[in-house]
Amino acid sequence: MDRLKQTISEAVHGQSQPTVTVLSSLLAVQDAIGYIPKEALEEVSAFNGKTVNDVWAVASFYPNFRFEPLCQHNVEVCWGTTCHLVGAMPIMGSVLAAAGLAEAGDTADKRLSVGFNTCLGACSQAPVISVDHRLVGRVSPEMAAQRVNGLLAQPQTRDAHGQ
Amino acid sequence: MVLSYQDINSQAATRWQGLTAGDRPWVRVGTALCGEAAGCDDVLDALASALERHGVEANVSRVGCLGLCFAEPLLDVQFPNGPRIFYGNVTPDSVEEIVATHLSQGKPLANLALGYLSNPESAPGSSNQDPPDGIPDLNLHPMRALENRIALRNAGNIDPGDIYQYLAVGGYQALHKALTTMTPEETVNEVATAGLRGRGGAAFPAATKWRFLSGSNAPVKYVLCNCEEGDPGAFNDKAIVESDPHTLVEGILLAGYATGASNGYIFIRHGHDGPITRARAAVQQAKELGILGNSIFGSDFDFELEVALTGDSYVAGEETALMEAIEGGRAMPRYRPPFPAQVGLFGKPTNINNVKTLSYVPEIISRGGEWFKGIGHEQSTGTVILCLTGDLNYTGMVEVPMGISLKDILYQAAGGIPNGKKLKLVQTGGPLGGVLDADNVDLLLDFEVFRNAGAILGSGGIIAADEDTCVVDLTRALIAFCQYESCGKCFPCRMGMSHLLEVLERICSLEGGGEDLDLMRNIGENMQAGSLCGHGQLGFNPVSSALRYFGQEFEAHIKDRTCPTGTCLSSRFSPTQTRR
Repeated sequence: MDRLKQTISEAVHGQSQPTVTVLSSLLAVQDAIGYIPKEALEEVSAFNGKTVNDVWAVASFYPNFRFEPLCQHNVEVCWGTTCHLVGAMPIMGSVLAAAGLAEAGDTADKRLSVGFNTCLGACSQAPVISVDHRLVGRVSPEMAAQRVNGLLAQPQTRDAHGQ
Repeated sequence: MVLSYQDINSQAATRWQGLTAGDRPWVRVGTALCGEAAGCDDVLDALASALERHGVEANVSRVGCLGLCFAEPLLDVQFPNGPRIFYGNVTPDSVEEIVATHLSQGKPLANLALGYLSNPESAPGSSNQDPPDGIPDLNLHPMRALENRIALRNAGNIDPGDIYQYLAVGGYQALHKALTTMTPEETVNEVATAGLRGRGGAAFPAATKWRFLSGSNAPVKYVLCNCEEGDPGAFNDKAIVESDPHTLVEGILLAGYATGASNGYIFIRHGHDGPITRARAAVQQAKELGILGNSIFGSDFDFELEVALTGDSYVAGEETALMEAIEGGRAMPRYRPPFPAQVGLFGKPTNINNVKTLSYVPEIISRGGEWFKGIGHEQSTGTVILCLTGDLNYTGMVEVPMGISLKDILYQAAGGIPNGKKLKLVQTGGPLGGVLDADNVDLLLDFEVFRNAGAILGSGGIIAADEDTCVVDLTRALIAFCQYESCGKCFPCRMGMSHLLEVLERICSLEGGGEDLDLMRNIGENMQAGSLCGHGQLGFNPVSSALRYFGQEFEAHIKDRTCPTGTCLSSRFSPTQTRR
């Protein structure tokens, strides 16, 4: 068994909570490797006794599931109501410009993925972004761009296939 | 081996004594989502290294949210038997100063301190009761002066990761009282006397809902706690789970006892790691002490509790969609009837309450329903937990009695609007709520008063916006959220939201037509009449309330082809991904 399949299998079989479902299995894979490859759909399907179609129905419903390998870094701009009011739009513009992207998504070299989040939950510190899953509050467009530049200045650790 | 209730409590008291009256100071740092966003990680690192460098021994606890989010990172120092001295907006540099002067030499830094809280355990008349020189009483801070903390009584005060601290401040006494001295029916009656209503948005009487479930004799019945909390602008559910998860666990256990339920779930969105970690640890600790499991406190009450996660989905907060997600499917609402109290999770009778609703229950059982009913306003009893965000001087979370005016909240507790600007609008109740204009600030915080004004008090999000805000752009953002989050099951919501967003994008691009406002009203009426759940039924609220109070601003965009605030003239973005 190759390494990817092994990791997926361990994530799916290693769930310790009593209620194990298609969704909980998919979340376990996402936690382990950051995305849901075809192999994971098959493993979750076999483990839960559901068709691959059933599993895909769930995976495709929740937008937090990715189907491509993770980028090296991840920046999310909160687009909750409070953040919108106090400046999420210019921050998004500045993050995209620093990343060289026209819209939310992954950079071509897979070093950075930029996305919106509907609410990061720290509204009292708006505007908020998350940088590699840690929250940063009261950001300005300049600070956000600096963070992106800082990430891109780090040595590249993965090739364009996320390996 | 499971310890007796007395043994658990005496252990807790000993540990608490060690923290508050031992041989070393106690330092607490706010580490909820607000603390994280403000940089508490850097503060904790700086604290650890400064303590080592200065050779100071101190107990350090990572606590939750005290409510004064604007002052995060927040750190406080308590010497044995002394008051707590709070420092706000702490930086690694000021941590160095606090350790060098306050912790090393025992001299509080009046120039840096935000305030003090006296030690309730100090003997009356002792010198420890004297306020520290030049430091104000934190309870006189505008943000705390109106508060009456019931559900939030421990938030920011105890380590949420330590069940013994919760026990030491009276935790699980209400559960013990109910299990040893009250019948399930008496427990429900106490909540009925309190007049407790659901804090998730619908404001339905909690005891009535519980009686639907207690009426069933099924052997397996579920109590679900909804902490999905997808409302942008609201974080109080997450804050309770992060700051005092055992209050919630105790509330769920009381609901389980009152309704005869056997199992419970706390339902949280994947990715909110702070609340998930805290909830899981609390459940585990309660199990280890025999507070969850079989024969709790020697009674014949058995209860199992588990934390379940959902993927990103706002509609997963709807009660039947939530059950679909726990069962592992797409979070789409079910048709009703049958109602959850008959056929719910896994086909079993089920009751669902919000985090805040359940977190009131321990104090209601401890102090009595009459006490709770005595706080509040008419049919809206007790307190309301508000998240104050947006254009306000003091952003954060307050728990105030129902019946206080919105004006007192905005201008007193939250310190008014920054930079001398004027308040333009308040957005309440999440994206399905509405907007109120500045003439509505005299409204009292009361479920009925808000409903009559065309807004929803909802889960307590209060977002203030100043005069530079474009109402049309805000409405577009709210509808863009609702469109993105529509689950797609029923077409009035799926197509209605997309159509509304299309029209609002057009108006924001100053390309709207004369018939667009009527078109939106038409779509909205159909969504309200034909949608399966609240998402579509209430989804026109942001537009209808904006039109009601700010119709002229829409007209300016359409007829005069101008955006009075200039907002719509700059570039905009929308989430590019929609549900497949």
